[in-house]
Amino acid sequence: MKMKSILAGATLALLMSTAAHAGDVRIMWYSDGVEGEVMKDLVGRFMKENPGINVILDNVSYGVVREQLPVQLEAGNGPDIARVAQIKDNARHWLDLRPLVKDPKYWDDNFGAQADWMRPDGSKQISGFMTQITLTGGFANKTLFDQAGVEIPGPKATWEEWAAAAKKVKESQQVPFAMAIDRSGHRITAPLLSYGANYIGKDGKPAPLDKGAKDFLTKFVGWNQDGSFSKDVWVSAAGNTYRAAAEDFINGQLPFYYSGSWQVANLATKIGTNFDWVATGSPCGPVTCTGMPGGAALVAIKYTKNPKEVAQFMDWFAREEIVKEFSERTLFLPGHKAVVAKGGLDFKTDNALAKAALTKFVDASKTTSETALKLPAWRWSDTFYAAIVTRVGQTIAGELKIDDTFARIDADIAQKVKDAGQ
Amino acid sequence: MSTTTNTSRLGSLLMAPVHLLMRIIDVPLRSLQKATGISGMAAFFLAPNMLIFGIFVLLPLVINFVYSMTGGTAFFLAERNFVGAEQYSRLFTCGSYLDPMSCQEDAFWTAVGNTFWFVILQVTLMILVALVTALILNRDLAARSFWRAVFFFPVLLSPVVVGLIWKWILQRQGLLNFGLYQFGVEPYTWLTDRNWTFVATIGVSLWAHMGFYALILLAGLQAIPKDLYEAAEMDGTKPARVFWRITLPLLMPNLLVVVVLALIRAVQIFDEVYVLTGGGPGTSTFYLTQYIYETGFASALRNPGLAAAASILMGLVLVVLTLIQLGIGQRGEKKGKR
Repeated sequence: MKMKSILAGATLALLMSTAAHAGDVRIMWYSDGVEGEVMKDLVGRFMKENPGINVILDNVSYGVVREQLPVQLEAGNGPDIARVAQIKDNARHWLDLRPLVKDPKYWDDNFGAQADWMRPDGSKQISGFMTQITLTGGFANKTLFDQAGVEIPGPKATWEEWAAAAKKVKESQQVPFAMAIDRSGHRITAPLLSYGANYIGKDGKPAPLDKGAKDFLTKFVGWNQDGSFSKDVWVSAAGNTYRAAAEDFINGQLPFYYSGSWQVANLATKIGTNFDWVATGSPCGPVTCTGMPGGAALVAIKYTKNPKEVAQFMDWFAREEIVKEFSERTLFLPGHKAVVAKGGLDFKTDNALAKAALTKFVDASKTTSETALKLPAWRWSDTFYAAIVTRVGQTIAGELKIDDTFARIDADIAQKVKDAGQ
Repeated sequence: MSTTTNTSRLGSLLMAPVHLLMRIIDVPLRSLQKATGISGMAAFFLAPNMLIFGIFVLLPLVINFVYSMTGGTAFFLAERNFVGAEQYSRLFTCGSYLDPMSCQEDAFWTAVGNTFWFVILQVTLMILVALVTALILNRDLAARSFWRAVFFFPVLLSPVVVGLIWKWILQRQGLLNFGLYQFGVEPYTWLTDRNWTFVATIGVSLWAHMGFYALILLAGLQAIPKDLYEAAEMDGTKPARVFWRITLPLLMPNLLVVVVLALIRAVQIFDEVYVLTGGGPGTSTFYLTQYIYETGFASALRNPGLAAAASILMGLVLVVLTLIQLGIGQRGEKKGKR
């Protein structure tokens, strides 16, 4: 009798634990600023409203999402949902939520503009939505400029004018470098496009580096070698390893930092009242003054064992009021059409500098070039970015001459296209 | 008397299930021994170990080799196409092996060159420093246990922690520059200077692993009979001669172990350097394991086949080096016996 009771108890416990696993939704999440905290709060609310679903939020570094998640996906594993920035490259691993969400039309209407960024070419699937739309752009340390008596260049100022102004500030204020740009192919693509670069060939495959790209890269390498740009960032790693230069700006060591809108919350939190800073938009080249759009998407993974629960969570998080609240609390630009159209976003910050910066990025998004808008949905963007970062890093470190750099970038990209069987 | 009987009964009672189990096992084992003989039984008892070794070492090795014969960016073997020796041919397509930039896979040959110099310098220095440390720690020092713990402590740290600690020390706004600044020395960008960064990777790996090798050598030193030293002292032999004629020859087996382990570890250098320098500046600290990792896992459009080919080559080099050293060791032993 006693043995029977033990067995019955054990069976019940096993069944209960299995039932709990059936409703688990595991999210892989990375943060640039405060969004991890906001997400934790939202997940808590979702679970209160949906007691049958247990959402597990795994906060990881961006490096894990960038380097380890693709390997997990290739092996047919991974979380149920992930926040990713390499959206197009892994599109074949995203779950099609179209048959699972309550109202696919709501998704098409509000997230349709970026839907191609996160689905395989030619597909109509709903993979997820952008948790934020980002735009690359610059930040100037206003206090350093004021102390140096140098005027901050205006909205139409060129990269050369910014370099000259920042150099004056550097010399006057005895800071190590005048400018820095994140070690990222995405970031450096913005000035390349402003110089007239076009990555996409007529056949849709990568084109060889053109004059626009070569012109800016030549200037960029020169600026690194003469100490205008922070060499620390671009030579501090091999390959296409990502490095941000935000810490130097936050520490008041940089007059001008080129990164993007996702840094606003980070800068507002960490700089506080230490110094004044402003968002500047993207400096101009001979052709245009564009930033690079992008962002992070929340996507469902097709290897999930709980697709219904995943869709239920995605439906909840994609609701207009939730997207609005998430954007207001994280200081991110929303990727929801109705939220943008209705406006009236009340960014939750007392920091006037952050609010002004967000307004600046919204204004700057109006001058985003056609080519820039195409790149997030282009399959070969990451291949192009990786080749540029790898070879330009080597050139700045003195390992390659600039002409060899261009030849190597073209050869690397051609080899990758060949490796992919295209 | 009765206590002894009780204990004996309790022992028998506790051992009863063991005896029963042994009897049950005994029947099939006896039949197996009859069928296979004594040598067959050895194979039987080794089988579980060999099975684990086969699954977790040999099988991955074979799979890795198969991967190296395939192309494409997919991870699943079923989705990859057979390309024969194409990946190896790509790695070996070079104008001159001494000029990485003349090679199709210049990153591979850069990594090979860097790893070669790293191994030569790091292993040489490692053995010297570990030996000197072991000799010092073997003396009658005050607080000898404390000093042994101090030298061994870095071995307990995770390589990532080691990399981060030294990054905080060496970066532009790090501890070293802060210290130098206090003495009026201008801060220097240690981690963006090619030569300094290379030196730093050697120094950091010495700091992190030296304690382990020193411990092996220390054990060897303590196993040398004291009477040999006493006899030498009575003969008035100079300390240097004692070292060359007694200590070093008798320490040779331990030294050989240290050389083999240090060499393997140096060729595989990755984690702490990856955290400290990321392989930079440029590619000055870009070593072979990082090449394999980036090619197979971290680059845009991964190439697992090429990474597998590079890792097979690296494995072959390690096997050859180990065999050479074992050969030298065996020759030394034979000479000693003669």
